Amino acid sequence: MLTFALKRLGLAVLVALTVSAVSFSLLYLSGDPASAMAGESATSADIEALRRLYGFDRPFLVQYADWLFSALQGDFGQSYYFKLPVSQLIADRLSITMLLGVCGISFALVTAIPLGVAAAVRPNSFIDRTALFISVMGQALPSFWFGLVLIVIFSIQLNWLPPSGSGSWKNFIMPTVVLGYYAMPAIMRLTRAGMLEVLNADYIRTARAKGAGEWRVMFKHALRNAVVPVVSLAAVQMGFMLGGSIVVESIFALHGAGYLAWESIGRNDLPTVQALILVFAGFYIVFTFLSDLANAWLDPRIRVG
Amino acid sequence: MARDIDTLAEEIQGPSPAAILRRRVFGHYGLLFGATALLVIVALAVLAPLLAGHDPYAQSLVARMKPPFWMEGSDPNHLLGTDHLGRDYLARLLYGARISLAIGLIAALISGLIGTTMGVAAGYFGGRVDLVVTFLVNVRLAMPVVLVALAVVAVLGGSLQVVIVVLGFLLWDRFAVVMRSSTLQVRGLEYVNAAKAIGCSTRRIILSEIMPNILNNLIVVMTLEMAHAILLEAALSFLGLGVQPPTPSWGLMISEGKQMMLFEPWVIAIPGVALFILVLAINLLGDGLRDITAPENRS
Repeated sequence: MLTFALKRLGLAVLVALTVSAVSFSLLYLSGDPASAMAGESATSADIEALRRLYGFDRPFLVQYADWLFSALQGDFGQSYYFKLPVSQLIADRLSITMLLGVCGISFALVTAIPLGVAAAVRPNSFIDRTALFISVMGQALPSFWFGLVLIVIFSIQLNWLPPSGSGSWKNFIMPTVVLGYYAMPAIMRLTRAGMLEVLNADYIRTARAKGAGEWRVMFKHALRNAVVPVVSLAAVQMGFMLGGSIVVESIFALHGAGYLAWESIGRNDLPTVQALILVFAGFYIVFTFLSDLANAWLDPRIRVG
Repeated sequence: MARDIDTLAEEIQGPSPAAILRRRVFGHYGLLFGATALLVIVALAVLAPLLAGHDPYAQSLVARMKPPFWMEGSDPNHLLGTDHLGRDYLARLLYGARISLAIGLIAALISGLIGTTMGVAAGYFGGRVDLVVTFLVNVRLAMPVVLVALAVVAVLGGSLQVVIVVLGFLLWDRFAVVMRSSTLQVRGLEYVNAAKAIGCSTRRIILSEIMPNILNNLIVVMTLEMAHAILLEAALSFLGLGVQPPTPSWGLMISEGKQMMLFEPWVIAIPGVALFILVLAINLLGDGLRDITAPENRS
């Protein structure tokens, strides 16, 4: 188990380093960050001053190494726009994004698992077909448009929910639904497939033969085993979700890290954008690492293979 | 009553492979719906100049925000109404279909080329090549797609070409994963070994023994990634960092309609429904193709 964990940890660190290198160099694609920052009306003297100020005149690798070492100590530099440390900006905004991510994945799990179980208990029934229909429709629904439609219905027509801001729990209902529905189809399909497989297992027949009630068989014996891969899928989906929060936060004007990313991109605020790419990638890497470990702990076959 | 000779032949021999395929295709409603809807949208996009009746870029100050045909005060000249600059909404919708289809198709081709090369190489050669490809897929999955795409488009400047290339270089992961596992399945089969035994070159084994046998999986992933690219383009354009105005992209139309949606919800409803139907059709086509080419996996 320890060897497996260490191997996975090494891979995770290597992936994180590569992502940092890619995200650092992506933003130099334009050729000259100083002139991009200065804007179109800047004189060449202004650009030269900016270049010195931010150290763009140094060799690329030196800049990257410098940035990486500071980043490892939690220092992502100064935001060009806010003139504040990037790490402080992100720390301030991250709580909203994390809350949104937790709400979104909870919503997806709470709706998708019962649907998946119901679909597996009676394959090809009305419920099974409805669940399939919902998942096919859900995958074709553009999330930004879905968000706007919810605003039109629940904020404008019915006046039940506030369209933007983050003042109360009511502000989080629509963003949670918009962020969560996209993860539903995958979780539902996996729950359904897992339950179908488990329900044919010998221990289910044994439980039934002992005379255990149908509910007890379903939830105590079957779901417990079927839900293991779902938990690790949920961890991965959560990582994707935090990255997808940029769209949801910009629609509902939730001032989280995704909104900060959108604003910073519009303002050419390179240090903030680089740090955010790394932070979002970091979440994904940590979540997949944890789900790998959980899987290996629950299923010894993975450790060996 | 004279009996059809083909029916007679079928009774004796059993159905031909073509007949089996035909039955599967016509028995699969999702596939039929997806293929038909996609064909209609492609036809509308190709024939846009004939059907639109208006220039999608022509503005008119006197004909702004005309409602569509099902609402009161509509103009028979503008079936789907006009936008805030007086441009014909139907014309913009039809030309927008061209943008979405072009982006989906070209981005899926670029990412398909990258992903297939990586996946087939990993599956066929294994060993270090496989390790490197698996690592690259992990790196790619860790990068937040929307954020990276937005940042790169912002740096390079938004245009149709830039969006296509950026999406093409971001969406290859599923191709690599699926092509790798398909190649692994095919690699050990007899005909590949036979080709090796008679001394075929690696290039020939990959191109004429392996590729034809994993092509169906490639086409399925291609459709799903096309839908993915179309949705991402719409989201990027909606956020203001994709295709730039005045190009009639559906995501941009929704973004421009956002200001008016309080009073005129149809402004965002029309392009949104179009986007939904297009993506649904492509997804159903892809799912259907997977079902009919691999019926044993049908749930």
